[in-house]
Amino acid sequence: MDRIPILKMGDALLITIQVDMHDRLALALEEDLTAKIAATKAKGVLIDISSLEIVDSFIGRMLDNIAAVSRMLDADTVVVGMRPAVAITLVELGLSLTGVKTALNVERGMLMIQNRLRGLGDFSGRRS
Amino acid sequence: MAVVRDDVMPVRSSDDIVRVRQEVRARAIEIGLSLVDQTKIVTAASELARNTLDYGGGGTTRLEVVQDGGRRGIRLTFEDKGPGIADVELALKDGYTSGKGLGLGLSGARRLSNEFFIESKPGEGTRVTIVRWK
Ligand SMILES: Nc1ncnc2c1ncn2[C@@H]1O[C@H](COP(=O)(O)OP(=O)(O)O)[C@@H](O)[C@H]1O
Ligand SMILES: [Mg+2]
Repeated sequence: MDRIPILKMGDALLITIQVDMHDRLALALEEDLTAKIAATKAKGVLIDISSLEIVDSFIGRMLDNIAAVSRMLDADTVVVGMRPAVAITLVELGLSLTGVKTALNVERGMLMIQNRLRGLGDFSGRRS
Repeated sequence: MAVVRDDVMPVRSSDDIVRVRQEVRARAIEIGLSLVDQTKIVTAASELARNTLDYGGGGTTRLEVVQDGGRRGIRLTFEDKGPGIADVELALKDGYTSGKGLGLGLSGARRLSNEFFIESKPGEGTRVTIVRWK
């Protein structure tokens, strides 16, 4: 079965979701990621969704789950690169992704995680 | 209302849902929907096809390109012969799920479409039809 690669980037893990996600792939990603956070003691997780043409409630729930589990393991999740059309659609769908921080791109997301690690800022999701 | 094009696709696996999304996207581009409207109809289709699979035990998606006077649209019909929905009004409430979902599929798909119809009979199945006009 295909897996989505998880890269280590400093104190953070970077996941780039490039494919149209199948359900099995999403579930495998949750498992792989939890194991990797535990193994690497990563403090942040960046999920790059700039390739995703849609986010439905299934993917939304996966993002929420990842954020919740990461939080338990003392890592913060930042979803980066959401397309504008996807953001507009998500609001109308009714999915607020309240547990998930977002940033425009990987650099800004990385900065959010670093600021929080250095004790700067409150990781409030404000654009840094 | 004239039907310009008519295709039926199976919904029996999560791969089929991916294929339905791709086909809806292709039709949406064909009739000239804006990127935001493409995204809305594809997202609605993804939600409804998933319900067909998860709750209806599988079924079909019908994709039609329709024409009404000068305007074109996409009509999608999701049909299964599953257990049906006992209380449709409840199922349409934001946040209601009988499973482990977020309960936003039906209500969200309704908001993302210009027209929304649902017919369901316990023991017989469910049919949801949506239309998005250009
Ligand atoms: N095709 C279907 N057949 C039977 N029940 C359905 C079907 N579609 C939706 N439902 C019922 O309606 C509820 C709400 O659906 P939805 O809004 O998509 O939320 P979710 O999928 O997150 O449960 C489902 O939990 C299920 O009980
Ligand atoms: Mg659903």
